[in-house]
Amino acid sequence: MMSDYSRYLFLVPLLPLIGFLLNGLLLGRLHRAVISFIGCASVGLSFVLSALLFFELKAMPPDTRLIEQTLFSWIPAGSFHANIGFLLDPLSAVMIFAVSGVAFLIHVYSVGYMHGDPGYGRYFTYLNLFTFAMLTLVLADNFLFMFVGWEGVGLCSYLLIGFWFEKKSASDAGKKAFIVNRIGDFGFLIGMFIIFWQVRSLDFRTVTEMAPTAFAAGGALITTVGILLFVGAIGKSAQIPLYVWLPDAMEGPTPVSALIHAATMVTAGVYMIARTNVLYMMAPDALLVVAIVGAVTAIYAATIGLAQNDIKRVLAYSTISQLGYMFLACGVAAFSAGIFHLVTHAFFKALLFLGAGSVIHAMSDEHDMRRMGGLKKYLPVTYWTFLIATLAISGIPVFSGFFSKDEILWKAFSSPFGHPVFWLIGFVTAGLTAFYMFRVVYLTFHGKERMDKQVRAHLHEAPKSMTIPLVALGALALAGGWVGMPHVLGFTNYFERWLEPVVSHGAYGTGLHAPVATGGHVGTEIGLMVASVALVLVAIFLARMFYNKRPELSTSFREKLSGLHRLLLNKYYVDEIYGTAVVRPVVYFSLFLWKVVDVVCIDGFINGASRFYSDISQSLRHVQTGQVRSYATVFVIGVVVLVAYVVLR
Amino acid sequence: MIPIVAYLIVAAVLFCIGTAGVLICRNIIVMFMSIELMLNAANLVLIAFSRALNITDGQVFVFLVLTVAAAEAAVGLAMVITLYRNRETVNIDRFNIMKW
Repeated sequence: MMSDYSRYLFLVPLLPLIGFLLNGLLLGRLHRAVISFIGCASVGLSFVLSALLFFELKAMPPDTRLIEQTLFSWIPAGSFHANIGFLLDPLSAVMIFAVSGVAFLIHVYSVGYMHGDPGYGRYFTYLNLFTFAMLTLVLADNFLFMFVGWEGVGLCSYLLIGFWFEKKSASDAGKKAFIVNRIGDFGFLIGMFIIFWQVRSLDFRTVTEMAPTAFAAGGALITTVGILLFVGAIGKSAQIPLYVWLPDAMEGPTPVSALIHAATMVTAGVYMIARTNVLYMMAPDALLVVAIVGAVTAIYAATIGLAQNDIKRVLAYSTISQLGYMFLACGVAAFSAGIFHLVTHAFFKALLFLGAGSVIHAMSDEHDMRRMGGLKKYLPVTYWTFLIATLAISGIPVFSGFFSKDEILWKAFSSPFGHPVFWLIGFVTAGLTAFYMFRVVYLTFHGKERMDKQVRAHLHEAPKSMTIPLVALGALALAGGWVGMPHVLGFTNYFERWLEPVVSHGAYGTGLHAPVATGGHVGTEIGLMVASVALVLVAIFLARMFYNKRPELSTSFREKLSGLHRLLLNKYYVDEIYGTAVVRPVVYFSLFLWKVVDVVCIDGFINGASRFYSDISQSLRHVQTGQVRSYATVFVIGVVVLVAYVVLR
Repeated sequence: MIPIVAYLIVAAVLFCIGTAGVLICRNIIVMFMSIELMLNAANLVLIAFSRALNITDGQVFVFLVLTVAAAEAAVGLAMVITLYRNRETVNIDRFNIMKW
């Protein structure tokens, strides 16, 4: 049962930690080549090990696919136990495979992207720490240890967003991300406490087994737990209303945006919900909340993406929108579809960000697409890989995004928890996605060259260390979806079958079952598929008209709808609303606490007390004259008084 | 037989002279001598009661006091010499640097 590699499961997260320690402790004393080697090799080895473990798991019979490893007892306190333990099941195997793979490619890419940055060593130190935390998050076998990884990735996100901390906007963005995430984490913690209160354990397997007896299915308590855990996911995965930190997080280096804010960390919320799917299956109301938030976020962020001019911000809103898709999938109990989209999204969105990074690198740190154009002939590799990723995210058949997105749309329509309205929102979002992504492609790579002469003279394709990861991710973005082709077209959905043991034993005695694709609505499914592909093609055609063939159309259109355009350009003024409704009151309240409570009340009391004693001492010190004879006099008087007291009493 | 009250009166007078000397005199050496006077007043009281009550404990105490007084005088005089070397005076009022 325990076979060769499973003993080394703990090395998967440990290797990046070793890399972090080596680079971190010897910071500034190593040659760049050594730093790069340590950084990439630790993650690379971790990836190789993940792959070996993945295939080992695959060789086991489906029902017993589980490798557990407990290193030691971390917190043994009375009846409470928390272990440092790792759990490898099909779900976490997929995650470590995708996380370590994408992380490795991005580490390699960073070697080229960050060369010449003075913080090179620090960068790789943080990046390794992040990889460690993320792998811990997905491998942890209990909520508490998962929370360690959860906070660890948050910390690294903060450190890396504010990597160029001398820039005020970057350090502000880091703080914003950290604080907004704290709000979500609070919900997660409370949810965790309720689980412990009811189940007396935080171990995933115990919780999974005990939940049906500990909680009443569909009751208020389990619904609360579901919603609180989802609040944590909302913060981490940037859903309405806590998504505001993600666009600002683009201040960080672009490979960081690709790794943390597109491929891995932001998907932690989706992973967590898939991991706790048993609890959600018992709480249909919480699932409905997940689905609604996901669907609304998907379409909302997509509309903002239509009007942004910063290439990275478009991608950021696109990420929020795609994460909305994943939550929509989870919300209609199609957990495997959500995880499937998570994986394909990790490939194509990381690729989009890395492509954008290559563009920004070539354009001497220009982010504004209005000053790009015609880059196709200068950056051929970047162009073709970017195009593949764009086709994937738009959902063009054969590319990976098509299969995952289509599965989500179909599940939103057909699942017992689904509703045609969810499908409609997803459908419209798919059109919007295709439109804004092709807008990016046309503005950046086609049309007139709108950059300065100086910048143009400097244009160059990225070095090998950057293009190789691009090509590798391009292959994955193209082919990554082939493991999950739909039944309806006569294929076998290997991905869904792979995750089945994790996501569909969730229904003990509740009468609810995660829906498995049925063959009943073949016509409908194919019809919907054709409709969404047709919509995407129309959207691409429109983007081509607006931003390539007849740019004057987009200008006149923009003028006609200037109010709407301004609304979208300013992101619905949500930052301003939050600033007025939340940030300003908090600032004023803090000022009150500082100026009145702290300075006047507390400091006044403390300083008053000390001044009181100081004044008394000032007058009493004069008793100490230094004259021996006066001391002697006092002494004699004292003796006389004492003796008189004793004698005459 | 001299009544014990007589001894006590002498001792009280001796003690008062000693106390007055300590309080009034500025010369450290004179103050020392006054302190010795007070000690001897105490010794006299101890001896007197020892004799009157016919208990030898008092005399034992006197020996102890004499020994301590000798040791104290030795240490004290050594300090006086050191003080004198520093300030060229034995006026106690000059040694007031320990004030506030």
